[in-house]
Amino acid sequence: MSQLLTREEICVPENEVYHRTCLLTDAALSYCPGCGHGTAHRLIMEVIEEMNLQADTIGVAPVGCSVLAYDFMDIDMQQAAHGRAPAVATGIKRLYPDKFVFTYQGDGDLAAIGTGETLHACNRGENITIFFVNNGIYGMTGGQMAPTTLPGMKTATSPFGRDVTTMGYPLKITELLAMLPGTYYVTRQSVHTPANVRKAKKAIEKAVQYQKLKKGLCFVEIVSNCNSGWKMTPLESNKWMEENMFPVYPLGDIKVPKP
Amino acid sequence: MKDIRLMKGNEAIAEGVIRAGCDGYFGYPITPQSEVLEYLMANNPEERTGMVVLQAESEIASIHMVYGGAAAGKRVMTSSSSPGISLMQEGISFMAGTELPCLLLNVVRGGPGLGTIQPSQSDYFQAVKGGGHGDYKMIVLAPASVQEMYDFAKLGFELAFKHRIQVMVLSDGAIGQMMEKVELDDQLPRLTDAEIVKKYPWATTGKTPDRPRNIITSLDLNPVKQEIINQNLQKKFRHIEQTEVRFERFMCDDAEYLFVAYGSSARVCQKAVLLGRAKGLKVGLLRPITLFPFPVDELARLAKQVKGMQAIEMSAGQMVEDVRLSVNGVVPVEHYGRLGGIIPAPDEVLHVLEQNFIHSKKEKQYEPATY
Repeated sequence: MSQLLTREEICVPENEVYHRTCLLTDAALSYCPGCGHGTAHRLIMEVIEEMNLQADTIGVAPVGCSVLAYDFMDIDMQQAAHGRAPAVATGIKRLYPDKFVFTYQGDGDLAAIGTGETLHACNRGENITIFFVNNGIYGMTGGQMAPTTLPGMKTATSPFGRDVTTMGYPLKITELLAMLPGTYYVTRQSVHTPANVRKAKKAIEKAVQYQKLKKGLCFVEIVSNCNSGWKMTPLESNKWMEENMFPVYPLGDIKVPKP
Repeated sequence: MKDIRLMKGNEAIAEGVIRAGCDGYFGYPITPQSEVLEYLMANNPEERTGMVVLQAESEIASIHMVYGGAAAGKRVMTSSSSPGISLMQEGISFMAGTELPCLLLNVVRGGPGLGTIQPSQSDYFQAVKGGGHGDYKMIVLAPASVQEMYDFAKLGFELAFKHRIQVMVLSDGAIGQMMEKVELDDQLPRLTDAEIVKKYPWATTGKTPDRPRNIITSLDLNPVKQEIINQNLQKKFRHIEQTEVRFERFMCDDAEYLFVAYGSSARVCQKAVLLGRAKGLKVGLLRPITLFPFPVDELARLAKQVKGMQAIEMSAGQMVEDVRLSVNGVVPVEHYGRLGGIIPAPDEVLHVLEQNFIHSKKEKQYEPATY
């Protein structure tokens, strides 16, 4: 007769395939089920834990869906005004050059209202790391058109689809920033499949490592879904993202350090 | 031996912040205060004390760099002039909401809009009543000399950290640009990172195992909690009103008529008082040094002594509202102001006071000089 294993017998170190990083708090995530933010948070916190950087890290949260990032990340954090996170991070880093300073921003925050702060922090080559979650929409305020919204895409403020002749084109700000001599490492990743999660984590590790080595500004874009804002199921939204977002925002390294 | 130098107001405050142990300055050029950034860049504070000086891409970026540094416990500042200060209101409101200490300098020029680069006092409301969104106050210091531009650097940082509040030095183009002698203090040391961790346990300096994480945010979506946050802010402002009022009395002891003026206007009125006294008029001057907190009690006391108060401002009448609230109708309070960058002359303001309170009202009103 087969005997069922007890919890104590299963939970032994040699059986562990995954553990939750201690740098994520116990607070329930405020993100919609299916959204990529949670995974992006986890990867950044895992890297900070693995590099033993908790005591040296100061993070900057944006305005947008991730405004409450400080509720979930067990590190010292500041909440910045809409779009101003790169300026806030500049202020911290200039006064604490040996700390690990990062911003975590969405596409409305970083590529619309904060374009100036983003571009100039990159142009000065501030030794900070910017994590940029791009889902092509303003999620927090209820699904309005973002600078990254695709042509023809329907949102609350482009109900008949984004008409590029009057509403402008999707802003490929990551490509633009990669052209600046101040940026050191610029990459675009996603977190919608296990393989992509592994690649994204590698990119985050590099970005953190380069800051420690004082190499200059590292920029990690994560193209993510917004199933609520796009009015799809999580699975549909991931498929839609692959078919529609990735052709405009292709994944991969955009600027890599010269050997 | 005393270290006495001839300096511009803008240079004096720049030297003042270096000597007060300031950690960082973030600013953007604008007339008539660009000398602050220029002096800091030329006088190498990085080498002298390790102070960081950075020219930002805008006033908006400047104030948010200040936010970042202040939230990490550093002594940080920015400076600008009126249009630039308008751009900073977002960041100032966020610093009010997060109770971050900082020093702000407004070398006021005439507005509205691009206005003029000439001196003005038309930003009183913006500075004193809370120029950004939300219920908040800053401590506002009004220098009337180049020496005070220098002194208020140190005083400003002290008050900012004592109360965890933003301190604005509300100067103007005349005080910023004019040269006077300044007596300098010895260099104060900057705090070390370890001292900051100890002195400011709220600062985001990196979470260590001995404490919970520090979060600097002005957001709380729970209305009950948000009301408590606001009530606590108001308590702090009431406490400051009780403890930090500063003013200067000039020939007030036997005064029958009182000028009330701050900054450049107070310098003009000081001369007007002497002119009046020479004519046998019992005139005095009450100069508010803190505009918030305003010397309400002192003006209420003087209202029982004098026959009238003449507010003089380089504005259309802003501070006069606080004078009237302080006096509460006990004596007449008149306003006289020059606009658009014009500084009134001592005989001009004395004449106005005489017309309003001493001569018969039927006489011809004084007509200001035209240029």
